[in-house]
Order: sequence, then structure tokens, then C-alpha cells
Amino acid sequence: MEVAVLVFLSSGLFLGWSLGANDAANVFGTAVGSGMVRFATAAVICSVFVILGAVISGAGAAHTLSKLGAVNAIPGAFMVAFAAAVTVYAMTKASLPVSTTQAIVGSIVGWNLYTGSLTSSSTLITLIATWVICPTLAAAIAAGLFKAITLWLRRAQIHIIRLDAYTRTGLLLAGAFGAYSLGANNIANVMGVFVPVSPFTAFSIGDLFTVSSAQQLFLLGSVAIAVGVFTYSKKVMMTVGSSLMSLSPVAAFVVVVSHSIVLFLFASQNLENFLASYGLPTIPLVPVSSSQAVIGAVVGIGLLKGGRGIRGRVLGNIAAGWAVTPFIAGLICFVSLFFLQNVFNQQVSREVVYEFTDPGLARLAEESIDIDGVKSLNGRRFTKAVVLADELETLAYDDGEIGRIIDLAEIDSFEIHPDQLADLGRDYLTPGQFAAVGKLSGRSFTHRWMLDDALIEGSEEWALLPDLTVNKIDNRRIEEQRRAIYSLFRIVAAP
Amino acid sequence: MKRLKLFYKTRELESQIDEFCEKVDQGAMTFKIGINCYINGDFTAFEEKLKQVNQLESQGDTLRRNIERRLYEQTLIPESRGDVLGLLENMDTILNSCEGAMWQFAIEKPHIPQEFHTDYILLVDASVSAVDSLVSASRSFFRGAETVTDFMHKVLFYEKEGDKISTRLKMAIFADGLDLAHKAQLRNFVEHIDDIADTAEDVADRLAIYSIKRSI
Repeated sequence: MEVAVLVFLSSGLFLGWSLGANDAANVFGTAVGSGMVRFATAAVICSVFVILGAVISGAGAAHTLSKLGAVNAIPGAFMVAFAAAVTVYAMTKASLPVSTTQAIVGSIVGWNLYTGSLTSSSTLITLIATWVICPTLAAAIAAGLFKAITLWLRRAQIHIIRLDAYTRTGLLLAGAFGAYSLGANNIANVMGVFVPVSPFTAFSIGDLFTVSSAQQLFLLGSVAIAVGVFTYSKKVMMTVGSSLMSLSPVAAFVVVVSHSIVLFLFASQNLENFLASYGLPTIPLVPVSSSQAVIGAVVGIGLLKGGRGIRGRVLGNIAAGWAVTPFIAGLICFVSLFFLQNVFNQQVSREVVYEFTDPGLARLAEESIDIDGVKSLNGRRFTKAVVLADELETLAYDDGEIGRIIDLAEIDSFEIHPDQLADLGRDYLTPGQFAAVGKLSGRSFTHRWMLDDALIEGSEEWALLPDLTVNKIDNRRIEEQRRAIYSLFRIVAAP
Repeated sequence: MKRLKLFYKTRELESQIDEFCEKVDQGAMTFKIGINCYINGDFTAFEEKLKQVNQLESQGDTLRRNIERRLYEQTLIPESRGDVLGLLENMDTILNSCEGAMWQFAIEKPHIPQEFHTDYILLVDASVSAVDSLVSASRSFFRGAETVTDFMHKVLFYEKEGDKISTRLKMAIFADGLDLAHKAQLRNFVEHIDDIADTAEDVADRLAIYSIKRSI
């Protein structure tokens, strides 16, 4: 095991710790803030379920690709994770609940800017949409739910002691569930990028089950999250649960439930899959953040009560924290990458070369993209995607076309050794897909699209289905499988 | 069945609170019967009732302490814990007042002239009715029911009624040809009984605030 790997892992662990310190407040903040659940109880339950979620649902095998997966060199990923972690840590220190995902996205944008990679224009829109849409939705749902529950309580006449017991149980269950999904959804951001360089080896306990190296890595990451919950999450919990507004136990419960509803309705691929599998129209997936949802829900209840209970200054600080998080993370990442590359001599990104070749142009023509403009670039090499994108823009291509052209021009390097497929787990590929990879044994590819075409030639099961609602799930799966194949067979040139 | 087991402790505490309310209610009613017996000259029955009120009072104390300890130890109802505590303690005061008044009768054995009997009995009735309504109001409060205000109106009504009777009775006592010491003694007993209704009113006033707090 290389020492360097351990050093790089440390930033993932740091990010995990920050995540635990900040995001635990989303699931247990109102419970602890309203005095219904003791901090120690909340911390224990949260930690246990984060670890369970991360190890059980966080990892199938090598195919868990995180947002950081776009960062193609480990030292770069180290710095992206580190910048996000520092930002979240700073916000936690200021007792502000922020979105870890936004810190990571900001950090990646910093990496993109530094390395000249392309930032999709939708990223910024996504961030802003999350700031506005997610809290608004959560506020509306929380206000409605709170109204309904208080009306029902008035009729149900539940004894104060029993209501207390029910609310407490509800808060604990919702918290445990929230912690489980926190672990399952975020562990990929914390540890996913380090899966290919995991220092662990898989082992079996009896013949019952195997603990993969990814799972061991995720266990480590989730323990870091748990440590974050224990050591540092109380301040943010108090902001969410009592500083922003004093919450009654029932209100605390409504906040947690409405935050889960928002996440489920607008961020759940499961729900989308379910609707799609019955051919029903799907709810558009809006980017949502649990921190934003929780704050939105608290404010929603506050507004329902006339808005006097909300402390404006605290709310202002939180909003400001949201606004600056991605920018701070991006800035820290950008500056640190400079030092990492120039002072510590680390390669922060895999060099990507874009080149136009005749087969590539022919392929573009097949997709009915006008190749007259691109022809003028034939034979030229580009090392930065942004430069190429600028060039293409002057040739009057639209955003979609530019993305596709850059995709096809990117030079990659694959060599197929089907024996490595075992790393993906037994049932990850269909038998047809498996056989198709087998046929390519020993062959090399210089472009992703060439590998795709060769796979499709081997088996139709590698081809994407027509872009219809019913096919959404399958296409997403196929794309993920393709990405897993890329990362498995990619040859990374030694620096 | 599982649910029963799951919230067993909750049910237990809930029934302890109910039981405490019952003790207060029973205490007031026993007080009423006891004083009636005294006025009608049945002193053995009075002693019996005094013993009962004594028991109820000490049972109420034990229950209250038990409830309070559990509320704090298990950090239950964080929002309303102080309010519930105050309510229980004030209700306990009412029980104490009933017991205290009966002891005064037992110790001083005042002679109550025949012409005042009716008013004394009416006064006891009003005070005990006020306590009765207060207990109902408290039960409603624990269940978050809107009937809490209805019962509070009744408490206030009976307290006013008690005030009227006590004023009338005191005036009648002092207009009578008894010697001053006897008059003063009879007046003290009017006040002992009327105090119970006054305490009930004070508790009702607090309860009004608690239930506003609970409803927002």
C-alpha cells in the first residue's frame, strides 16, 4: 500500500467528518433542538445508521461513481475533496447548515477552471435553482402538513404524554431513516473516488457474505462521518432546531417528515423508476439539498404561525452561507491546486487530448452534425476542453452539438482484459453484455465512442434505447455500466 | 399487543396523571360529604371522611412526586414540562386546602347555629363544584381538547357564586347576636371553605395561559 494513497484518503475522511458534523443536523437537528431527543442518543442512532447505510446501500461494487468521478486524477480529487471539506468545516464552525453537495460541486468547478475542463452550463443554474426551489417546496409542504396535523390533533385528543411518546418515536424513526439515506447517498462523495485505489482487499466471513474492498473503504468513510456527528454536530443542530425558531415537538416532527417528502418526491430516482416502469409521467427531478429542505420546512411552519417566531438574523446568516459555499469551495480548490501542482509536483488532472480524425468525422456525420466547420480543425490537437469549446462556438455550433463533438474528439485509452470483469460483481452485467466484452479481449481502443460501438456490435444490450420515459431506467443503467467499463479498462499513463 | 407493550410506560404515566386528577376530585367530594356530616351533627361519619381525605392527600402527594420525577428523569414533554408541573402542584394545593379545612373543623369543633346551615352547605357545594370543573378542565388540557375553556368558565362561575354566598353568610353571622369570638370563628370557617374555590380559580387562570401556549 502506498503512503500517498493514505495521504489522499485523508482528505476523503476529512470530508466525511465535515459531512457528519454538518448534515447530521438535517436529520436530528429539530429533534435535539426541541429537547425531544438527547444529543447523545441522537448521535449514537445517527452514527449507527449512517454506517449501516453506507456499507449496505452505499456500495454495490466498483460501479459507484461519485460526483467527484469527473475529476480524473487522484491528487486532483484529493484537493477537490479537501476544499469542499474545509468549506463545510468553516460553515459548521459558524453553526450554519450548508449543502455538502454544493461545496463539492463548487470545488469541482474550481478544478474545471484550473485544468481547463468544461463546466456544463447547467451547473450554475442547478445551484441557483436549489437555493430557491428546494426551500420553497419544503416550506409549502411543511406548512400544509403542520396545518393538517394540528387540526387532526385537536380532534383526536391524544393525551399530552402519549403524544409526546409518539412524537419522540416518530422523530427517532425518521432520524434513523434519514441517517441511513445520508450514509447511502453521500458515502460515494466521501469515498467513491478512492475506490479504484482502495488499499483494502476483499474478504469473506464464512461462506455467508463477502466484504468487498469498496465496502471496507465505505466503512472507514462512514466511521469518519460518525466521528463528525459525535464531535462537532451539536452547534449546527441547535441552529436548525432552536436558534432559527423555537419549535414545538410536533413542529419538529413535521419538519423532518416534510424534508424527507421533498427529497423523496423530487430527488428520488426510485420514485421516478417506479412511475416510469408503469409508463406514468414522472415528476421532474429537481436538484434538492437536505439542508435547504430542512431550513425551508422550519421557515414554512414559522410563516404559517405568522412569521413572528423566525429570527431574521439567523435566517440571513444561513442564506448567506448557502450563497457563498460553492464560491468559497471553488476558490479554495483553485488556489490549492496551484500549490499542489507547482509546489508539490502532483499531477492534478489526467491529461486529456482532443483530436479530430477521419473516423471521428464520419461518425459525426452519421449523427447528422454538420462537419464542414469541424473539418477546419482536422489534424489539430487540443489539450483543454474549454479552448476547443471556444473554437467550436466561433464555428456556430450550439451547446448540445459542442458537447457531443468534444465527446467524440476526446482521446482515451482502453485495453480490454475480460478477466478484470470479476471486480464488477457477478450480476452487474447481463450475460449478453458480458459476452460482448469477452469478444473484445485483448483489443485496444483510442476513443470512448469506438469502445461503445464495439460493445454494441457484440451485443445489442449495450445500445441505448429510444429516449422515452419508459426507457429512462434502462438507459441510466446502461450508461452507468458503460462508465464502469471505462474506468475498469482505462489505461492511465504513468506520470 | 406489541403496541401495548411498546408504549407501556407511557400508558402507565398517563394513567398516573389521570389517577392524580381523580384523587383531587375524590378529595373534594369527600370533603363535601364530610362537612355535610359535621353540619348535620354526625361526627363519627365526619371523622371517617377526614381519614379518607387524609389518605387521598398522601396518595396524591406520592403520585405527584412520582409523575414529576419521571417527567424530569425521562425528559418528557420538554415544552410543557414546567406548565404541567405547575398545574399538578397547584392542584395538590387544593387537596391540601380541603384537608386543612377539615382538620380545622376537627380541632376547633365550631358550633354552627341552625340558621347558617343552608348557606354553609351551599358554600361547600360551590367550592367543590369549582374544584370539580377544574379537574375536568385539567383533563381536557392534557388531551389538548377545546373543552378546556368551557370547564374554565364553570370554575369562574362557581368561584363567583361562592364569593356571593360567603359575603352573605359573613354578613348574616355578624348581624347575629353571637359573641364576637364565636362570630370571628364562624367567619374563619367561611373563609377556609371559600379559599378552596379561590385557589381553584387561580389554577384555572394559569391553565388558561398553559392552553394558549399549547395551542400555538
